[in-house]
Amino acid sequence: MEFSITDPFLWETVIQGLLFGGVLALLSLGLNLVFGVIDVVWICYAEVVMIAMYSVWWFHVVLGLPLLVAMAGGIGVGAVLGTILHYVVIRPILDTPPINQLLVTGGVLFFLQGAATLVFSVDFRTLGVSLGSVSVGDMFFPWNRIAAFVTSLVTVAAIWLFLKRTYLGAAIRAISMDREVMPLMGVNPARIYLLTSALGGALAGLAACLLALLYDIHPAIGLSFGPLTFMVCVLGGLGNMFGGFVAAFIFAQFIALGGYYTEVEWGYVIAFAFFIVMMFVRPQGILGARN
Amino acid sequence: MIGANANLGLKLAGLVGLLFVPFLASDDYVLHIAISMLLWGFIYTGWSVMGRFGLTSLGHGAFVGIGAYVVTMLWNQAGISPWIGIPVATLLAVMVGLAIGYPCFRYRITGHYFALVTLALAEVARLLIVALRDVTGGSLGVTPDAVVGPDVPVSLAAIQFSSKAVWFYVVLGVWLVGLIVWRAVDRSMMRYGLEAASEEEDAAAALGVRVTRIKLVVTAISAAMAAVGGALYGQYQLYINPETVSGIAISLQIVFAAIAGGMHNQIGPTVGAFITIMLAESLRQIFGNQVHGLDVMIYGAMLVLFIIYMPRGVVGALAGRFVRRERHVPARPAPA
Repeated sequence: MEFSITDPFLWETVIQGLLFGGVLALLSLGLNLVFGVIDVVWICYAEVVMIAMYSVWWFHVVLGLPLLVAMAGGIGVGAVLGTILHYVVIRPILDTPPINQLLVTGGVLFFLQGAATLVFSVDFRTLGVSLGSVSVGDMFFPWNRIAAFVTSLVTVAAIWLFLKRTYLGAAIRAISMDREVMPLMGVNPARIYLLTSALGGALAGLAACLLALLYDIHPAIGLSFGPLTFMVCVLGGLGNMFGGFVAAFIFAQFIALGGYYTEVEWGYVIAFAFFIVMMFVRPQGILGARN
Repeated sequence: MIGANANLGLKLAGLVGLLFVPFLASDDYVLHIAISMLLWGFIYTGWSVMGRFGLTSLGHGAFVGIGAYVVTMLWNQAGISPWIGIPVATLLAVMVGLAIGYPCFRYRITGHYFALVTLALAEVARLLIVALRDVTGGSLGVTPDAVVGPDVPVSLAAIQFSSKAVWFYVVLGVWLVGLIVWRAVDRSMMRYGLEAASEEEDAAAALGVRVTRIKLVVTAISAAMAAVGGALYGQYQLYINPETVSGIAISLQIVFAAIAGGMHNQIGPTVGAFITIMLAESLRQIFGNQVHGLDVMIYGAMLVLFIIYMPRGVVGALAGRFVRRERHVPARPAPA
């Protein structure tokens, strides 16, 4: 397997990596939003995604609802979970050291994982929806992945517009800039926090809809892509959504190309090692300004 | 009021009590639980050596994994005794800890970032073990070649003992050394420097605290303890796999247990091991065989409750109560 720029398999790998980057970018959005505004890392973020994936599966396969309705349901479940998570678990300890908030959501990680095992058992569930694939020359790209990629681009744009162009978005940005002063300006932080958590949960739900198209669902799926999501967010600069977006594509290429030249695990090892090195080179994230 | 002598007496009584555990244990299962508590208690104590100063490492899974796998690989592949394997693994874990720690401390990576960087380290360790499956056995795990059996009850060279009672005393000794190390750090000048640095790093540095250096010292101690614990775990269980000795799950477990018990007390992390193992085992006994997942669910809920209502841990909360009753002063100065 030598390097060749005309190798169609190499190009296929690169484009697959690009599409995978879209999924990662979408995954990182909710986590980044929540961190940027509330200054909390949801270690259980991937588990919220996992529960939302199960919801989509349950609505579609068990209840027989149309796929789009089931997906809307999944997004709703994500939003509700995010709200509950903030209200029940994070709100009581907002005044304690931030690391406690990170750890408390670690407890939620086990809780959700156990709950999923209890309710849905450890069997693999699959949505059983195939959208076919598109072929370009010798290369094949499944529509599922293309849909995930396009959705993530649209969502990033929508979130950006929401934050920049709406009153509520401005309030959210203001709170994330100065927690002390904004309450004096008539913004109720408690409400903004709840709203942000609901939005973060809904974004997790949206990511779940697309992941459910791509992967089998099982209780440990959160552990498999959770760490990756954190790395993407930190590499982009925690709370920096655009940075996370760029980082997602960098990571995806490492994994895709690493998997192409060696094995999938090596792709991950290289990506994580790259992450650790980058943390020392640019601890503020690839796009962040050093403060 | 508990005086210093009474305190020492209590400790000695506790220790003597522990010496009799193998005679009192009704069966091997009870003894196994006791050994697990002490072994993990040792690892948790090691974590709290650095964790109590705000250095919340989620990467200790990597050190435990290095300890378990390096020793087992050297033994299985090259026949090198754990007596050599353990120092090698410990040295390697310390080097990895310093390599990650130095840039982190130098560039002031703290809080969330430190937790997430170290989490990446734990995942790298797990993925490396999986990726090197030709040597390590991958996700299926690996069994250290056993030399003990019906004919050979004890192999000192391989650190393998068929008797759980022997294991209990070995682990008890290691655990005691762990407590002594914890106390030594607690009594050292480093402690004041680290506490100052965890409050206000610039001010501490300005006062002449060599922040990076003392952080590296506790990191090295902590990593070494985790590696030794991991190595012993492998030799005791005679089975290790990447999920049980490395990765995010085990790292979180280490942090939780130390916090649940109370990382600011010498005995706290061990109490954390006691609580978490008793909780996991009793939940498994009650629900495990019929209802999968309920035990993990309750475990998670308990952790959430612990962190919300008892952030100083069980021992911390109890000690706080005693101190207040003794001195009739508030534990903390009133806010200005």
